[in-house]
Formats: sequence, C-alpha cells, structure tokens
Amino acid sequence: MIKFLLNRQLQVEESIDPNMMVLNYLRYHTGKTGTKEGCASGDCGACTVVLGELSSGTDNGEDGQQIVYKSINSCLTFVSALHGKQLITVEDLQQGNKLHPAQQAMVDQHGSQCGFCTPGFVMSLFALGKNKQNPNKADIEQALSGNLCRCTGYRPIVDAAHAMYELMYEPNEPDQFEQLQQQILQQLRDLRLEDQQRSQEAILALGNKKTFNPRSIDELASLYAANPDARLLAGGTDLALEVTRFHRDIDTLITIGEVDALKQIQVTDSEIKLGAAAPLSQCYEVLTADYPDFGALLHRFASLQIRNQGTLGGNIGNASPVGDAPPALIALNASIALRQGNSRRTIRLEDYFIDYKITARQPGEFIEQIIVPRAISNTQTTSPFRSYKISKRIDDDISAVLGCFNLHIEEGLVKTARIAFGGLAAIPRRASHCEAALVGAPWNKSSIEFARSALAKDFDPISDFRASKEYRMLTARNMLNRYFVELNSPEVATRVFSKQVVDFYQPCLPSSAEKQPTSTAGGSNHD
Amino acid sequence: MTKSMSNHPGTVPGVDEMLAQAKQDLQTGVGRSVKHESAAKQVSGEAIYVDDRLEFPNQLHAYVRLSDCAHARIIKLDVSPCYEIPGVAITITAKDVPGQLDIGAVMPGEPLLADGTIEYYGQPLLVVAAKDQDTARRAAMAAIIEYQSLDAILSVEEALEKEFFVSEPHQHKRGDSQAALAGARHRISANVHIGGQEHFYLETQVSSAIPTEDGGMIVYTSSQHPTEIQKRVAEALGVSFNKIQVDMRRMGGGFGGKETQAAGPACMAAVVASLTGRPTKIRLPRMEDMMMTGKRHPFFNQFEVGFDDNGRITGYDMKLAGNCGYAPDLSNSIVDRAMFHCDNAYYLGDATITGYRCKTHTASNTAYRGFGGPQGLIMPEIIMDDIARKLGKDPLEVRKHNLYNSMTGTNGFNQPLGAEDAGRDTTHYHQKVEDNLLPEMFAELEHSSDYHQRRQQIRDFNASNPILKKGLALTPVKFGISFTATFLNQAGALIHIYTDGSIHLNHGGTEMGQGLNTKVAQIVAEEFQVDFNTIHISATNTDKVPNTSPTAASSGADLNGKAAQNAAHTIKQRLIEFAARHFSVSEQEVRLANNHVLAGDHILPFGEFIQLAHFNQISLSSTGFYRTPEIYYDRESASGRPFYYFAYGAACSEVVIDTLTGEYKILRADIIHDVGASLNPAIDIGQVEGAFVQGAGWLTSEELVWNDQGRLLTTGPASYKIPTIADMPVDFRVKLVENRKNPEDTVFHSKAVGEPPFMLGISVFCAIKDAIASLADYRISPQIDAPATPERVLWAVEAMKSSTDRQSAKGGDA
Repeated sequence: MIKFLLNRQLQVEESIDPNMMVLNYLRYHTGKTGTKEGCASGDCGACTVVLGELSSGTDNGEDGQQIVYKSINSCLTFVSALHGKQLITVEDLQQGNKLHPAQQAMVDQHGSQCGFCTPGFVMSLFALGKNKQNPNKADIEQALSGNLCRCTGYRPIVDAAHAMYELMYEPNEPDQFEQLQQQILQQLRDLRLEDQQRSQEAILALGNKKTFNPRSIDELASLYAANPDARLLAGGTDLALEVTRFHRDIDTLITIGEVDALKQIQVTDSEIKLGAAAPLSQCYEVLTADYPDFGALLHRFASLQIRNQGTLGGNIGNASPVGDAPPALIALNASIALRQGNSRRTIRLEDYFIDYKITARQPGEFIEQIIVPRAISNTQTTSPFRSYKISKRIDDDISAVLGCFNLHIEEGLVKTARIAFGGLAAIPRRASHCEAALVGAPWNKSSIEFARSALAKDFDPISDFRASKEYRMLTARNMLNRYFVELNSPEVATRVFSKQVVDFYQPCLPSSAEKQPTSTAGGSNHD
Repeated sequence: MTKSMSNHPGTVPGVDEMLAQAKQDLQTGVGRSVKHESAAKQVSGEAIYVDDRLEFPNQLHAYVRLSDCAHARIIKLDVSPCYEIPGVAITITAKDVPGQLDIGAVMPGEPLLADGTIEYYGQPLLVVAAKDQDTARRAAMAAIIEYQSLDAILSVEEALEKEFFVSEPHQHKRGDSQAALAGARHRISANVHIGGQEHFYLETQVSSAIPTEDGGMIVYTSSQHPTEIQKRVAEALGVSFNKIQVDMRRMGGGFGGKETQAAGPACMAAVVASLTGRPTKIRLPRMEDMMMTGKRHPFFNQFEVGFDDNGRITGYDMKLAGNCGYAPDLSNSIVDRAMFHCDNAYYLGDATITGYRCKTHTASNTAYRGFGGPQGLIMPEIIMDDIARKLGKDPLEVRKHNLYNSMTGTNGFNQPLGAEDAGRDTTHYHQKVEDNLLPEMFAELEHSSDYHQRRQQIRDFNASNPILKKGLALTPVKFGISFTATFLNQAGALIHIYTDGSIHLNHGGTEMGQGLNTKVAQIVAEEFQVDFNTIHISATNTDKVPNTSPTAASSGADLNGKAAQNAAHTIKQRLIEFAARHFSVSEQEVRLANNHVLAGDHILPFGEFIQLAHFNQISLSSTGFYRTPEIYYDRESASGRPFYYFAYGAACSEVVIDTLTGEYKILRADIIHDVGASLNPAIDIGQVEGAFVQGAGWLTSEELVWNDQGRLLTTGPASYKIPTIADMPVDFRVKLVENRKNPEDTVFHSKAVGEPPFMLGISVFCAIKDAIASLADYRISPQIDAPATPERVLWAVEAMKSSTDRQSAKGGDA
C-alpha cells in the first residue's frame, strides 16, 4: 500500500500495477488529464509534475522542517516513488478562478500557443518559483531546458519566468501552498511517522510484480540478498524506459530512495562521499565546489527533471557506455563502496565496468557510496579537472563523446594523468595509451600531438545516429588541444557557452511585462 | 436628444455613459494583442485535447503494428495469436476495410493497411483494438508476419538516376539559361543535400471514432483538415460523406504533419468502431508516430549559376529533387513550391528550374511549414554566399545586387533604379513582384543590427581567438501566399448571434496553436464592435462549415478571416437595415461602436439591440464565403500568378562555432518581418519567433538518420533533437514592419504569417558557414549539407583548414 498526498488529498493505493508510471496513474486512474504525454521517455517535459517532500539533511533545510519541491517527469516515475510525498499537478495550482502566477504569467506573456507543452512548463516554472528567490538567466534555462516547446521559440516563456516573479512578489500574496504549508507539513510528517510502523512487506504488489521500499541500509541489504534478481530503483529515469519504451515487465523492484543513509552527502578533508541515492541535483553543489567543471557537466546532464530524480548510483549502476558521470568520476579516481548482505568492499570505479552492461557488481550487491577525492587545496590555481561533453544539441542530449581530463603538471612536466572517455567504447574507461604518452613528458604541443595519436590505440569507436566513428575520434583528440589551451591560457575563450562569449549569469532583466511587442503595425495601420 | 431604449432602466448605464463608451475604441478588436483564446485553459490543464476526452464504458483503444522492412511482399500474415491475449476485441488487416482501402489525399497510392506489399519500414500492417493500449500493443506484436524482401530504393540520388518518380517532373523556364551560363563572366556549380524534418508536434496523431446510427461516425481528431478526414473515413467505410461528422477543437501542434496524415489513424479508428460498434481511440506513441508518418521532404539539389563581377546572377540552372517517400501525398505541390521559391528574393536572369518527385521506400513525406518552399529557397542563399566567397565580397552586398526591385522603384541597395536595374521585377514563373519591401527592410535591418560594425568586431574576435570563431549573415525571405492548387483558396464561416447578444462563431480553419481562432474572433469582434469575450468559437466541425480547405499554406486567417468577415457583413447589413427602419433614420446614421448600436439619436447596448432585432424577426445567423481573387497558374506554360501576394522578412544572425568540435551557439538574431497590418501583433511575433527557431532547428540539430535497411533511427526526442530553450538566440530582437499595409484587399490588409518566417532560420545556417569561411579568410565557400550538425560543421572546418594548408604550401613552393 502506498500513501501520498494528491495535492492535499490523502491517497491510499493498494492494488495498482507496481510498473505503472505516475503519468498513467494521473490520466487513467484519477482522470486528471491536464498532465500530457509527449514522448513517454522523459525527453520532452510535457508530463512534468512537482513532488513536494519533507526536507532531509541533504536539503537546505533541517530534516523534516520544510517542504522541498522538485519538478520530475511523471512518465518515468514509478507510482511507488509517490509514497510519503505530495504530488502537485497543473490542475492544483489555480485557486478558484485565480490563476497561479506561474500560470498567469504564461497567459500574459503569450507563452502558450498549441498548449500541449504548457502544463509541463507551468509546473517547471512553479518549481522554479519555489526554489529560487531571484533567478538569473542560467537558472531559468536550467529550470526549463527539460521542457520542449515546438511553437513559441521560447522567448515568451522566458519572459513568463520573469513576469511570474513580479506576480509573486508585487502583490506579495502567498499562494495556497505557502498559506497551507504548516498543514501540509503536518500531513507529510504524519505520513513519515506512519511509515516507520510499516512492515518490510512489498509496498505494492499485483500479480507477479512487486515493489519494496526499504528504509534502512540493512533492510535493503537483506532484501536484495534475498531477491538478487530484483531491479534496484535509484531514481529510475533509465530503468523506467524498459517499461515505457521497451514494454518489459519488471517483476521485483527495490526502491532505494527512502534509505536515508544512501542519500547522505558528506565532505571530509580528503573525500566527498556521495550516497548512491542522492539526487544528482544535490550532488551538484559539493562537486562544483571542488571541481567547477564537474558542475558544468552536471548542468548539461539530461534535464533538471531527470537530475531531480536520477542519482549518481543509478548512473553508475546501469553501466551505460554513454553515462555522463562515470568518465568524470574515473578521471577523478573515484571509488565506490559496495555492499552485499553484510559484507562490504570498496573498489575503484575504473575497475567496476567490465564490458557492455557487465560490471563487477555481484548478485545482490549494491552501491552504497561514491567516494571522490577532494581537489588538492594547497595550490592557488583551480583544479586541473576538465570535462568535455559533445552532443548534437548542447542541452539535454546524450553524449556522442565525453572526455574527462585530470593531469597533474609540475615544473612543465606531466606528473600524473587520468583521462577517461565515455562514448568511445562499450564501457566508460581510461585512455591508458594516451595517458602513458603524457606521463613524464613535457607539457607542450608536441606531447599533445603524441597523445593525440596514442588515442587510436585506446579506442576504436562505433558509428551511430549520434556521430560517426571518425567524428568521435577526431573530437576526442581535439579535446587534448582544448585542455592544453585551457590550462595554459585560461583567458582564451574555449567553449561556445564561455562567459567571454555569453554572459548567462547576469541578473534577471528588467521586467519584460513592459516589453510589449515592438510592433506598432496594429494601431497605426488600422485606421 | 439621445434616447436609451432599455427596458431595464435600473440595470443598464445611462445614455451619457453609453455615449461615452461608444466614443472609445474597442479594446479587443483587430490590431490588438489579444491573448490566445485558449491560454487560460491551457495553463490550467483544462483545455481538452482528443486524448483527454471522457471515455465510454465500452471504449476500445487501438494500436497499429508497423512493418519492419522497407520493401517486401507479405507472404504470411497470421493474426490468430492476437486473439489469445485477453481483452482483445478485434484485429483488422487490409481485407477487413469495408470500403476503399486507399487513403491517398490527391492521388491514390497509400493503402490504409499494407495490401500484400510493404513499401516502407514503418508501414501500417494491422490494427488491434483492445480494452487498453498496452493490451492492444501486446496483441499486435503477437501477430506472425513473414516477408519476402525486395530491393529497396532508399536514396534520392538513386531514385533520380533511375527516374523512379511518384509523378512527372515539371519545369519553369525563362530565356535561355544554357546560353546565359555559357556567356557568364563567372560560373559556379554544386550539389547540396537538404535534410528533412520531423514535425515533432508535441501531441502525437490521435483520433477517436464513435459510431452513430445510419452507419455513420463522429470522429474527434487532431487534424488540420477535417474535411479530408470526413472524406477518407466515409470512403474507408463505404458510406456517403454526409454520414460522417468530424470535430476538431484544437491540436497540440500541427506544422503540416496533420494536414493529410491524420487521416490514417482516423480511418483505423473508424473502421474498428464500425466493425465492432464500439467507440475506438487510437493515439500513436511517439516512436510509432515518427516511424509511420511522413516528414518534411529531404531534397537533393544541383545547380549551375553564372554571374557578373558584381555577383549579379545572369544565368541559373537548378534541379530540385524532392524525396517524396513511397507515395505521392502532397508531393506534387510541395516540389512545385520548392521550384516557385528557388529565386527567394532575387531576380534570376535566364533560368531553368526543374523539379523531380523522387520515389523512395521510406514514409510518404508530407506538408511541413513552408511546404517545399524552404528547400528551394535556401538554394539562392547558399549561392549568394558562394558567389561572395568567389568574388571576395561581403555576402550582403551580393544579395543586394540580386534583390528584386522594390515597389517604390528602388534597387537592392534601396537606391533609385539605374538603367541596369530595369525590368528586374518578374519571377521565373512570370509573376510580377509588385509589392517588394525588401530593399527598405534590408536598409533598416542593416542599420538596426549594426551589421557593419559587428562584421568588423567579428573579424577582430576571430583574429584573436584560436578555437572559437564567429559568423554573421543577413538573409531575406520572400514567400508566396496562396495555395498553388488554386481551388483550395476558398473558405466558409458560420455566425450565430443569440438573443443575449453573445456570438457563436465557426469557420473552416483549425486551431493548432497559431492563434487562428483568436484572430478570426477579433475580426468578428471588430465588425460587430463587441468585446472579444462576447464571441465563442467552438470546435471546427464538418457539420457547421462544409467542404473546407486544410488550414495550411499560411492561409488560415486570410481565408477564414475573410469568410467570417463576410458572414458578419451579411448579418450586420440586416441589422443596419432593420435599425434604419425601426428608428426611422438613414442607414448611414446607424453605427456599431464599442459594444453599442447608435441609430441617429438613439443608442443602446449591443445585446439589447439584438433582442430588439429578434423581436422584429430579423435573422441573426449567416454563413460567409470567400475565395481569393485574381490567382491562376497555367501548368503548360509554367506561368501565371499563383500567389495573391508575397510576405517578406529579413534576419541577421550571429553565431559562434567551436572549431574543435563543430558545436555552435546562436548569439544574436535581429528580425524584421512583414505581416502587413497586423491582426494581432503579439500572436504574429509569436509566429515569427517560433518559426525562426524551428527553421534554425531544421538546419542545425534536427537530423533524421536512417540505417541501410531504411529504418529510421531517430524515433524520439532522445535521438531527434529539436531546439531547447538554450538554443534560442541569446539576444533575440524581433520587430514587425511598421506602416506597410498589404496593398491587396486581404482581411484588414493583413498578411499571412505562419510559414514565411520559418525561412528566416536560414540566416543561422549562413552565419555558421560564415564562421567556417573565416578560417580561409572568406575566400573559400564551405560546402556543407543541411542540417549543419556539429559533425558536419567540424568536417567543413577540417576541409577549410586543409585547403588553407594546401594554399599556404603552394605559396611556399612559389
């Protein structure tokens, strides 16, 4: 049985298919058709809804003191993920006849044309309004880049984001979610309390299919040991595709999202320890602090909706050859803590990937933690870690090639080199010949040339619809040149979205509500 | 003294107040930025799309099984396993269609379900209807199908070489292009592939059919062409058209993809509904939608052009080969439109244009915003750049040398015509360009975009940046407005005024987000001088307005707006005659103004006046009809006036490219676009911006990839990349042309806006090429097929680098 709030209404569901996605639940089970299906693969955002959940230690608030709002793709979210949370859909924003600022702004700015993507945009805007007090342009792009619109060209939607804040702040009228916050908090806390009494039985079961939501690592470990064929649901943004795209049944699901210990993020003097179930959006801050380029990479990692659900553990666990985090983590010499029943071991991430979708993970074994060494803090310069993601579209696209570079250079010589690529082989892995060409060599152009040619010994990429093998190899080699320029001449603009080229971090433009269409054709021509 | 005629003196404003109101302008009429009529419903999730409609207790959901080879004979089709899945109601194949199997829109060639032969990978084979979509899909996949595969033609070049066509080639000719080329001072020639484009309407194809008595059907559909659905469904069921009612409230995007190709799913649902007697819905999942339905035609274009030292074209030979897919669909008109637009805004001199309709074993390509126009129109833009590189000139200067003369008697430089400019105002299909605004628009945009200053800044940037390079391009659009199939240029409307003064409006056009309903309601509001909110538009319905044309060719507001205006005129004339009679004044003394009716000294609110008219037995309902005047095209002589008028636009785009990866970003776009006298500036700007970004997407990240078996590999948004919010220009400045009414008698002298600005996106393609050309000091024109994906850009960069290496090597030898 799962219990959650459908907006403010307590919903108890016992006999629904554990493989059902929230989108289908809304449309077919509750008759709420405001949320749309555009692709059923988490790539268009038409199905965006917002989850409200109690803050935990890793959120900005005290544990259980606040409601944290996250936009997610309902088409990729198993219903069991709703357990203990508040589900907010586009139908819930309006108060009587009064549209919510996220809605009114879209109307006022002409942000809705065909209207099919609109509920998704409204929900992403709503979440943005809840999470950012005073967003800059980059924040707005971040919030909305997982929502596709085919009609507007987006300008009016960006304007709507600005206008929403004016509507939010100018009358200074809290919306119903703020007004009723204490009440909803209490409802969520009650659900949490009640959940502690829950047995270890499957939370949902129908026919052969069942879902477990363990609450502690020990519970998870014993469950998984007992059900080694179960699939671990760590966000599920990839796993769900097996259901929605490939129409497979998943018999046993074990959700790891309720295991608090797996969501912890700890930073010590020497290590960043990331719980395997910590959402990517929460790993962002600690990783960016030490490795700014990791942050830049995470910005381009799918969409905010996916990052709100997806986890580092999941990104590693599913062992995709084009997962974005593994090459970066390998280049940083990250390791992972694995657990099986009561036994634990820690291995280097680079040893985890064996062959296409084959890993060192044993049956019943799961990832507990990802451990990333801290950046060396005694130097004045920023970390030499760089990641280069290449895709057909800059935002929300799967990498054709992802290269990550982490060289230690002293007195003009390359001391150590960790270079890892995704998209060039069946698994993410290090470019050992390329590294060997550099280690001990002087840090100059001819060493780069040498390293470039060594890459051919490391990889023999494939051609597919994302890119040809020749393109993959050439861009991988070119990354070395970029890395050389970036380390040696930091003043040179090297990326199309470099600050020297585009300033995304400017504060919000003055109100675009004043910026009515520039045409005067209407008035003056109709006499 | 002015008298109120109110029966309810306590509840209505006094005469003075009414007079004061009547003196003010209507706030929601024509020319105002009225908000989209559905916006509030869309943002709150209340707007109903077909899939959101309430279902029936005996509802069926259908799923269509697609072929998995490109060309084959079906040697076995066993659907008995489908019935083993619980919940299945019926499985249908070609032989179960009670009426006509072919659903080809203009010419036959498109079976609803494959009839013995498979002609593309993704062709519908059978439909299963069951209690839910998932059950239907599982059952459909259980059918056993065996093929004997046949040789497939997958490339347009092969089809062209083998003359494998869906219909005959057509040619436009002026003068002797061969002689002109032979005598030209300079010549260039090249071949270019122009990619197709997936519509990616956010709402996939969907139809819901409900059986009625008499063997009829109500079909709720997401279609740009309800009449087409009505005809095809009637034929598939073998009933007369009048038994079929098609209802279309709104689409979640269309872009041409739902002009003819909504018919397949509609007919499938209707056939199942007819055979089972149960309401049936079919909604294509995204992957099936992308595999089954046609796209923008990819083109393979070959040209040879001659020009003088100024870069002015003297001879022009262009072969346009459209990849039509396996069936004709609308390809004849689409390739025609490519031919009509391969001059874009330029006088071509002696020209021969040949259009080929190539057949390949792929989905039947179909209408897509611009309808072949963009694939033709991009050619002269590519050529202008090539000429500029060859002559070492700024491409803008070459463009100006080639523009048609303007309506005010200026040449492309916006200077008075010289002797050498005489007669440069006729297209290669012999239509005179009478209203050209481009010379003045160029001048304005050149100034407002700081073209020359930025050109210099870009040179400086490129000189000091080893990895990133910027590019700039200013390109025009001239787009012909009218269906080139002349008979389609007609429309109907229906207006009822109810006795409370509220107005019910229907017209033959369809709302797909473009704001057509809003514009037409504004037109009617303007005519009756009532608030926009007084008017209610319900679903487009074949019961209300019959025999409609598709909402396509940008014609929605031009045609339906006029038809609605004519309906309003009819009623208005009755009302004026009545008021004159009733109040004993002349008709000239009767006036409708801002929700009031004035008749001599009398004034009353519109609603009360309507009630009065009703009491006096005045008909408050009328149809309206409109046909576009003056247009014709003679296919024999390939000449005429296929277009009522042209719409113009110009865009200046700046990009930055990464020479190590080929990635790019649009930094700034300045647009000036001509919509005549805008019916609704906010909606028009929305069309311009949306079209620009969609056009830029077509030429950049939107790449369709098929494998060598003819299977489409890019079947969803994970693999097919339309622009996101981060792909819009960082700095985006859009302006409508001011004070230029449409000289033709269009509705309130507005111009069509749906398609023309799509081609403003070509400026992005040219700017990318400009950035690449900077690597060879603008002396070599990069050869790059569309779309300019990062990979294609990188190869062009590499080619540019190696050609400069070769040149410098040569220089070293000398």
